Amino acid sequence: MENNSHVSLETHHGTMKSYLIGFSFSILLTLLAYFIVSEHLFTGWFLIGSITLLCVVQVTLQLIFFLHLGDETRPRWNLISFFFMLGVIVILVLGSLWIIENLNERMMPEMKNLDKNHELRS
Amino acid sequence: MSMRMDDIFGRLNLDAFKHDAIENGAGVSMAVTGIVLVALLFYYRGWRWLWTEWLTAVDPKKIGMMYIVLATTMLFKGLVDASMMRAQQLLSVDDSFGYLTSDHFQQIFSAHGTTMIFFVGMGVVFGLLNLIVPLQIGARDVAFPFLNSMSFWLFAVGAILVNVSLVIGKFSAAGWLAYPPLSGLEYNPGVGIDYWIWSVQIAGVGSLLSGINFLVTILKMRCPGMTFMKMPLFTWSALNSMILVIFAFPILTVTLALLTLDRYLGMHFFTPDFGGNPMMYINLIWAWGHPEVYILILPAFGIFSEVVATFSHKRLFGYTSMVWALASITFLSFIVWLHHFFTMGAGPNVNAFFGIMTMLIGIPTGVKVFNWLFTMFRGRIYFSRAMLWFLGFIVIFTTGGMTGMLMSMPAADFQLHNSLFLIAHFHSMVIGGVLFGLFSGLAYWFPKFIGFKLNETLGRYAFWCWIVGFFFAFMPLYAAGLMGATRRLDHYESSTGWHPLFITAAIGVAIIICGASLQVLQVIIGVRQRNKNRVPGDPWNARTLEWSVPSPPPFYNFAFIPKVNEIDPFWEQKQREIAEKDKHHPHAHHHHEQHHHDPHKIHYSDIHLPKNTPMGMYIGAFAFIFGFAMVWYMWWLAIVGLLGIVICAIIRLSDDDVDYYLPAAEVEKIEIELAMRQKHL
Amino acid sequence: MITPTITQEHDSHHIEQEVYNKTFLGFWLYVMTDCVLFSTLFAVYAVLHNNTFGGPSAHDLFHLPFALVETLILLTSSFTCGLGLMAAFRQEKRKVIGFFTLTFLLGISFLSMELHEFKGLVDEGNSWERSAFLSSFFTLVGTHGLHITFGLLWILVMMGHVLLRGLTSSTLRRLMCLGLFWHFLDVVWVFIFTFVYLIGVK
Repeated sequence: MENNSHVSLETHHGTMKSYLIGFSFSILLTLLAYFIVSEHLFTGWFLIGSITLLCVVQVTLQLIFFLHLGDETRPRWNLISFFFMLGVIVILVLGSLWIIENLNERMMPEMKNLDKNHELRS
Repeated sequence: MSMRMDDIFGRLNLDAFKHDAIENGAGVSMAVTGIVLVALLFYYRGWRWLWTEWLTAVDPKKIGMMYIVLATTMLFKGLVDASMMRAQQLLSVDDSFGYLTSDHFQQIFSAHGTTMIFFVGMGVVFGLLNLIVPLQIGARDVAFPFLNSMSFWLFAVGAILVNVSLVIGKFSAAGWLAYPPLSGLEYNPGVGIDYWIWSVQIAGVGSLLSGINFLVTILKMRCPGMTFMKMPLFTWSALNSMILVIFAFPILTVTLALLTLDRYLGMHFFTPDFGGNPMMYINLIWAWGHPEVYILILPAFGIFSEVVATFSHKRLFGYTSMVWALASITFLSFIVWLHHFFTMGAGPNVNAFFGIMTMLIGIPTGVKVFNWLFTMFRGRIYFSRAMLWFLGFIVIFTTGGMTGMLMSMPAADFQLHNSLFLIAHFHSMVIGGVLFGLFSGLAYWFPKFIGFKLNETLGRYAFWCWIVGFFFAFMPLYAAGLMGATRRLDHYESSTGWHPLFITAAIGVAIIICGASLQVLQVIIGVRQRNKNRVPGDPWNARTLEWSVPSPPPFYNFAFIPKVNEIDPFWEQKQREIAEKDKHHPHAHHHHEQHHHDPHKIHYSDIHLPKNTPMGMYIGAFAFIFGFAMVWYMWWLAIVGLLGIVICAIIRLSDDDVDYYLPAAEVEKIEIELAMRQKHL
Repeated sequence: MITPTITQEHDSHHIEQEVYNKTFLGFWLYVMTDCVLFSTLFAVYAVLHNNTFGGPSAHDLFHLPFALVETLILLTSSFTCGLGLMAAFRQEKRKVIGFFTLTFLLGISFLSMELHEFKGLVDEGNSWERSAFLSSFFTLVGTHGLHITFGLLWILVMMGHVLLRGLTSSTLRRLMCLGLFWHFLDVVWVFIFTFVYLIGVK
């Protein structure tokens, strides 16, 4: 069944240019995020927001340039299933956080910090 | 260096084999069954047949049948568990404490739930998908035949582990979902929980892989012309169910793994101290658990869509709305999971959100029920056994669904959570929905795959036993639950006044057991009388592609991949042929026929098919070794199992010689033989 | 109408393309399930990361420069893997071996650094048994490391295939899946670096 001589599969592949773009921007974004934290450039929510943004941008670039997302011919099942997955994990992660946060809020006061410290504070 | 016993045997010792009389009885009956089967195989010299036809099979029809056989076997085990529980609650009143110890009772309800959901429910779903989906979409196989085989064996290993726990050691006593901290190391250090963990985990991997398999099959292997909006409803329901499998099962895998890490490596995910959070387990397990129940019910909805349309001799009413209903149910099932733990500490906002989402799911479900009923309206209805099961479903599932809507109100649920009302509710859904769906599907499709019909009368009696038995068994539980009866108790005081309810429920189970026995009889007699009851390819005058091939179909399904243009392609073709005949013979009496092409005159092609392989079974065997070894802390054996799996996987995935061509001459021979057999029916 | 169509059964190229398409979609779907798996672990980490039970927190334990080096190593390995795939598509067998060997070496370095970090934590008494925070850290990062280990094994097997069989269509198909897997592992690591190390340390 194997045919070594002429393999003409249409595969999902990239070009040197796309890999180089993906690679160099990823390095840049990684270093940027690192320096924001190591040099304490921002604090609080701005810090969290900025490095989250850098993370999302880098992941998007890697998805496009390394994983060739969106590159296939229609129907684009890869893209569709990717967005579905995204939806599920947003629901799962945010939902879980909301629920557990809600449960923690409704704990008795002296039990609230039991997980952080191991002594009961009354 | 001397080897100690625990190095070799871990924590396995002779105590693991010591059981009470009932467990011994169960073990003996399993052993006797096994011995009888082996003896039969020797007597009929069936080992070669077993190996080539079944154990190494990659044909989804074979794999589907194995799933159904294993699932129905596990159904009987689950029914025995149910009977034991009913008997216990019947007898255990005031001074009597029944015949079961509390620990044994807890193992029974845990085994009952685990068996029914994972090994009956999932087995039935994947069994039917294997049998029906490729035929309905005009394909010859699924996307990944080897993966299909391996998934079946992983499922079988899970079932085997549960049964082994009856004989060697014990099973979990922590319910079918094993909440921590009870399931943690501190409160349950023994093997029971570990048996539960590994049997569910291993079977779960099989399910996940099957989900991927069937999704790719439906997306990529539909025959030419079959666009999405021309697919049969059963295939649509399979598509949605598999989407749920793919996105929900990884949650189960992780949650079980975290519990495993707590138990095996002393981690603190769900321990009550060291910062653990048991509620996170409950949150995650239900984030999987709710999609799971939809995974089970959607295929049942699909079955009913097929059955109702066929036996009303009418196109399914509202095809488009049925598709949208399935899609909405699929989406909504991801955002309702907290309704399984309304009472466990969340605030009113959280409860309200999930309560409202739960109520919303009733809407698309209602759409489906009405569409089925509208399909029947003005149809030419034939009350086959499959239709009887459907009517039973309508009654039981709809009333059960309404009790679900009742409990979707958090305030009401605070009274009803974990009561017998809840038990009655979900049994209405699973028995009325999933099980009756299975029975309807079997009545409908059994003749297609086996080639003959089963005994009709016994089948009808069985139906009536099931539906009457169900009412006797579960209506009392609704009542008791409303009056405050808590679930999973092995003893109730007579001062509650509930004892007559338990008597009624026990009678109900006895009637159900009669029904199940009649079904067994139905199969036995049906097999004996099979030559009288042979069927052609289309015994029901049905609508979809699987009825266009002989009964049973050739292993390659279609000699030529069909090309379709509309919904219910087979029905439309038949209508056109009748119209053609009418033109030429206006007064002739019509009955539907197949095979208008003379098989001697057709030019056949070679057919590309996958080869059989034992690798799926081998990987399953190593998975069993791994699971068993992990339960008993036999680390060296666990490594053997793991290595075996990895090595077999590498060998198989490096194998390029996995398919072959069936020569056209062979195909012609088979087609001619099938056509001749058709003529003599 | 159902009409019989004569399909080109012996068109092995057509069949190879179909197998490739199905396999690639199937493997992509598997990767999607792995994303759900990791996101569940992230959810658990998010819920438990402050539960230090009186013990050390992320801030006390993680060394950012170390994590940065790990990140850059893994990123580079993802790049070399991509180059290897390109060479495979162009039937350049020697480049394939070269780039994938590089990928393997970078991957092994990453894994050794990670194991070194784990060992350090365990030796100073901060193992996974110390607190829920540490349990979830070791499990999240450890699961990623386990995936990397399988990936490294897979690279070795594939190099065997390339050397012994050449760049046949089956080998190409399997290499594409491996590439998908390896790139995906780097994507997951970006999340780990951001939400475990960067945010943990601040």
